[in-house]
Amino acid sequence: MRDLGPLIPRNHSVHPAAYAEDYKTSVTRSPNLPLLSMESTPSEETGPVFGAELIGELDNNLILNWSKGLAPAVGERILVHGRVLDENCRPVPNALLEIWQANAGGRYRHVKDTYFAPLDPNFGGCGRTLTDESGYYEFLTIRPGAYPWPNRANDWRPMHIHFSIYGQSFGQRLVTQMYFEGDPLIAHCPIAATVRDRSHLDRLVAPLDLSKSRPLDYLAYKFDIVLRGRRQTMFENRLEGM
Amino acid sequence: MVQKLATLAETPSQTAGPYVHIGLMPTYAGNAGSFPQEIGASPVKDDVKGQMIEIVGSVFDGTGWVLRDALIESWQCDGEGKFPGQDGADPNVSGHCRFAVDEATGEFRLKTVKPGSYMGRGGVRSAPHISLWIVARGINTGLNTRIYFEDEDNSGDPLLGRIEQRPRAETLIAKKVADGKYRFDIRLQGERETVFLDL
Ligand SMILES: [Fe+3]
Repeated sequence: MRDLGPLIPRNHSVHPAAYAEDYKTSVTRSPNLPLLSMESTPSEETGPVFGAELIGELDNNLILNWSKGLAPAVGERILVHGRVLDENCRPVPNALLEIWQANAGGRYRHVKDTYFAPLDPNFGGCGRTLTDESGYYEFLTIRPGAYPWPNRANDWRPMHIHFSIYGQSFGQRLVTQMYFEGDPLIAHCPIAATVRDRSHLDRLVAPLDLSKSRPLDYLAYKFDIVLRGRRQTMFENRLEGM
Repeated sequence: MVQKLATLAETPSQTAGPYVHIGLMPTYAGNAGSFPQEIGASPVKDDVKGQMIEIVGSVFDGTGWVLRDALIESWQCDGEGKFPGQDGADPNVSGHCRFAVDEATGEFRLKTVKPGSYMGRGGVRSAPHISLWIVARGINTGLNTRIYFEDEDNSGDPLLGRIEQRPRAETLIAKKVADGKYRFDIRLQGERETVFLDL
């Protein structure tokens, strides 16, 4: 087994505070006590490896995957693409990306979502893919609608896509959300606002990328993701005792 | 002025939200057939080497109420302390599992092989443990913790040894309720708050 070295300690200032007054559910679900910090161990430095055989041909095409290619989902067709890098600026190949999102009307295919926007019979709302050797990934999907949610009296989520990312180790595990350039609801969203520094929140906002857009077919948005890196950059050295 | 460091900042986390199951456990969410094969359905295959165990527990919020929407991932070594991919690791242990708390009862159930202990960097031996990562609505950054076992020798474990308050270390130790059966509750906040990790 490769020892890729200890993970760079997490810089918590880029992440949301656990407790965020305006995101009411966080009030009772946020630990009060400090996290226990120490250098990463093999439990965090290793992680599951996902093979290409897990991924079906349409898994990264949310326009077609729910209907098994029979009928496209309703909505504005978009390509979401980008690269997964680590803090040392190295591409992360073979990272597992999983996304889920609301349909064009802002409704999730989930039993608990009772918003009266209709379900689209041709949209499931989840997809997945692996990054290639340069860390690149792409999804074809529809632009999700904004939706209201019970928090303060009139809260709306900006258009967003949920991302789950698995790099090479359990300690790199990350879940986040991608927003869209120009959405005025971002500035009003208490969940977006859990990221304390606007410059870090901006890194969750995908710009329109006309260079990747396909004329008469889809618009593209670019979303690059950075996972935790390693303190040392050597490969192939072994853990002591292993 | 100084030179620029060639490093990037990690992408900020955002909550997994209430609908995380449709993305990570579509069959559990009622959307069976989304993918030919789901991720993390079981951490072991048949004929695993070692003792099969079952860990049951709940996740409590700061009011003592049980969460009904949490999703948990586990990662562990095999029965002999080897992680998947390591030389000699048990090929029937994938080590990775995804599970949700039951939407009616709030209980989770993890069936897996009991992990062995392993030697880490610097020749320090870790007591057997399973790593957990917990997400839910209202959790802004996924929470990491570990399950240790009360019927193992936890005395030399480097992580447990760093917890100053001994009663807090107890929050990481699963209670044995029967042969091969353990109870492990997670408290996000308040009295007996679980120790969460920054590793
Ligand atoms: Fe959402």
